Amino acid sequence: MSAMAASWKHFRDPLSENNPITVQILGICSALAVTVKLETALVMALALTLVTTGSNLVISLIRNTVPPRIRMIVEMVVVSSLVILADQLLRAYAYDISRQLSVFVGLIITNCIVMGRLEAFALKNSPLPSVLDGLGNGLGYGSVLVLVALVRELFGSGRLLGRAVVPASLYERGYVNNGLMLLAPGAFIVLGLLIWVQRTLIRRVEPEG
Amino acid sequence: MDLLSLAVKSVFIENILLASFLGMCSFLAISKRIDTAMGLGLAVIVVQTITVPTNWLLRRFFLAPGALAWTGIEPLAGLDLSFLTFVVFIATIASMVQLVEMTLDRFFPRLYQSLGIFLPLITVNCAILGGSLFMVERNYNAAQALVFGVSSGAGWALAIIAMGAVRRKLRYSNVPPALRGLGITMIMTGLMAMTFMMFSGIQL
Repeated sequence: MSAMAASWKHFRDPLSENNPITVQILGICSALAVTVKLETALVMALALTLVTTGSNLVISLIRNTVPPRIRMIVEMVVVSSLVILADQLLRAYAYDISRQLSVFVGLIITNCIVMGRLEAFALKNSPLPSVLDGLGNGLGYGSVLVLVALVRELFGSGRLLGRAVVPASLYERGYVNNGLMLLAPGAFIVLGLLIWVQRTLIRRVEPEG
Repeated sequence: MDLLSLAVKSVFIENILLASFLGMCSFLAISKRIDTAMGLGLAVIVVQTITVPTNWLLRRFFLAPGALAWTGIEPLAGLDLSFLTFVVFIATIASMVQLVEMTLDRFFPRLYQSLGIFLPLITVNCAILGGSLFMVERNYNAAQALVFGVSSGAGWALAIIAMGAVRRKLRYSNVPPALRGLGITMIMTGLMAMTFMMFSGIQL
């Protein structure tokens, strides 16, 4: 395989075959919490992509100078600084959304995707593939977030990105929004079904354990 | 009375796992067996009980706007260090986990051995950092922070132990292949969250 194709694979794999949420089981918490509305899901996906890409790049650049014994602390510091950056940017330019995301921007620090990619990939690879890997994982995470949010906002409140999309005539004929979608159980069940569909498509079966 | 109602609220109504979705990763990974689920649940209670009040102290005397006034040094009094919250909290959690680990190893070696690898895993359990961040966002006072620490940890432990028990029974059921493992666990967590919603009418 040529170098170009290999790098492309790092980017493409996490989008579906090796998706961080549905296959690697990483970063589930925030995937559930911020998906009541499409808008917050998009912002969260953007913030996480930024942090994974950035931290992958930084760690990959300094991977040969960091002693292995303190690598965790170094990783934590890099990740938290990037998260602080993302948090401050959100507060400055999108204050309302940052209020809605509440603690979940801060929780990107403990989002297992970030640490997982640093440990599994950035520590062993040169900067370019690491950036692609971070980008791919961020977007793979983002795509699941957007899908879940799409279902939840559409069926839960009849809106998309805050605009009403279910026509009023439908409500007059007795259509009702499904309030369960907006609550916690709705999030779990939608994601569970999405995992089912996605794993059927890529034909992946979890070994009995 | 106020504190009791906060405790009931954080164990059942606003369960940190089932309503705020925190600590899902370790919940999904560890709930396969009930004895490990119990071990991790216990460890989370211990660490949460220690870290939330500690972070409350740090915030009160170090991070909050004007918190450094107690030093009596003029230029420090007006300082707002709250942008450092994330770094300080995660550092506290990491060091507290280390401390708990060493204490247990020294004084309760049997408990330490049964908890084993779960203790270090707790550092990256978002229920712990999330608990401290909720404590900031909801402006708890010292007593409330302590109660919230204990009871949110207990709520998380309750959820993971219950799920461990359910998954044990699940081994005998015929689940569609692609739904096995993560998929069915998510759906069952959803059902469990639904039953916990039943508590939301309780007023104390």
